[in-house]
Amino acid sequence: MIANDFVYCKPGNRREAVKAYRALSKEDKKVFYYNGGSEIITMARAGSNAPDAVIDLKGIKECNKLELEEDYLVIGGAVSLNTIEESGLFPLLGTTGSRIADHTNQCRITLGGNISGTIIYKETVLPLLLTDAKIILYGPRGFRRLQFKNAFDQRIKLRDGEFIYQVKIKKEMLSLPFTHVKKTAIEKIDYPLVTVCSISYGNYLRFAFSGLCSFPFRSVEIEKILNDSQLSAEERLEKTHGLLPEPPVTDYQGTGEYRLFVFDNIIKAILERRNNEVL
Amino acid sequence: MKYYEGDCVIELDVNNEIRKATVRPSDVLLDVLREQFGLTGAKPGCKNGDCGTCTILMDGLPAKACLVLAVEAVGHKILTVEGLGGHTPIQEAFVQYNAFQCGYCTSGFLMVCHALAERKPNADEYEMEKWLQSNICRCTSYQEIREAVKSVLKHI
Ligand SMILES: Cc1cc2nc3c(=O)[nH]c(=O)nc-3n(C[C@H](O)[C@H](O)[C@H](O)COP(=O)(O)OP(=O)(O)OC[C@H]3O[C@@H](n4cnc5c(N)ncnc54)[C@H](O)[C@@H]3O)c2cc1C
Ligand code: FES
Ligand code: FES
Repeated sequence: MIANDFVYCKPGNRREAVKAYRALSKEDKKVFYYNGGSEIITMARAGSNAPDAVIDLKGIKECNKLELEEDYLVIGGAVSLNTIEESGLFPLLGTTGSRIADHTNQCRITLGGNISGTIIYKETVLPLLLTDAKIILYGPRGFRRLQFKNAFDQRIKLRDGEFIYQVKIKKEMLSLPFTHVKKTAIEKIDYPLVTVCSISYGNYLRFAFSGLCSFPFRSVEIEKILNDSQLSAEERLEKTHGLLPEPPVTDYQGTGEYRLFVFDNIIKAILERRNNEVL
Repeated sequence: MKYYEGDCVIELDVNNEIRKATVRPSDVLLDVLREQFGLTGAKPGCKNGDCGTCTILMDGLPAKACLVLAVEAVGHKILTVEGLGGHTPIQEAFVQYNAFQCGYCTSGFLMVCHALAERKPNADEYEMEKWLQSNICRCTSYQEIREAVKSVLKHI
């Protein structure tokens, strides 16, 4: 049972959503946009960060869109991870989503919710960073269309009252060869110790990581080192350690050292496989 | 725009019957099913989305009723284990293969397996495992559950 009360509203279009946000926040309420609800409900039940009002975005048609347009795949913020996977339209995102929580939860967890959640992993961010995705935000001042990498720095940078409307991925990026590796401490279904997503773009490997640090990230500097064929795998990894944006996370699942060990093994395997393919 | 505040009366389509309930917008579906409708088949376990004992179907897809607001379910078709009737192929298979011990997890498993058999009758081992991993059985009846599900899928 959730102890505190909140207002629930479900607008039928984006303007109504923002109008509701404005009206409810005027009353000094803590207003959350709501999608799959899995994080909002679990946190509210635990009594932490409970909202005074939620605005359910699932009633907005465009937020449920999943469609190939001329040049882009468009995915609405309210599309569930399961729908993305079953569509087969973006295999890397589908695969990544199919390892977040479990299948039943994937039928509810949405792309917008995973990107915006407070949990540190946000694994769907990795494919979006790797494929130069664009993000469309909507808020009281209308639309903002941004490169995903400019809108996401450790967390999604939303202005007051803004929500994730859609993301767009260029068609040519959807079917690039990819690797997705998620390592957990014990159970298959768990938060990651380390998740690595990699795509091969031209002859160049791009990498993005979750679980290693306290936010998901892609690092161009790390990619340069990992693609440097003059260096041995060991040398590349050693240099990479010095380029992490912060020391690896230590928590109940694993120490920072252990995470780094897992990370090294995943990267070694990816580089080895690539070497074999090239030879 | 749908708007709910304070105590509100909602209508839910549960097991093909329209039922009325008085709820707070923050009430989760699991509590409303159990406490207002007396449908105690969906069980409270972790109440945190981890165990799957509370699984129901919403428009044919499995959902953990502890992570759905009752007001969100308005306009959707809800199916609980009571709505299966008692003689669906998966229920018969659970009996035939002894796919339970204490039974606490059973209704949740049945709902996931029923949805899988309905939506993906040709599911392979990988797909079956993926769906079943959403639920936990403390009595570890996993092997028997697996056999029961296999028996109702076409291609395994
Ligand atoms: C059992 C379980 C296991 C999990 N395992 C993993 C895992 O392995 N890896 C992982 O990455 N995550 C995992 N998660 C976390 C889950 O992906 C996040 O909680 C995610 O936020 C849930 O998405 P949702 O659609 O349910 O979000 P909601 O609960 O609806 O919202 C979450 C947050 O995002 C905001 N929000 C939602 N939609 C939008 C939008 N369109 N625009 C702006 N803000 C928005 C809300 O205001 C809220 O703050 C797990 C969750 C559960 C319940
Ligand atoms: S009680 Fe809902 S998943 Fe455990
Ligand atoms: S039969 Fe006892 S928990 Fe599954």
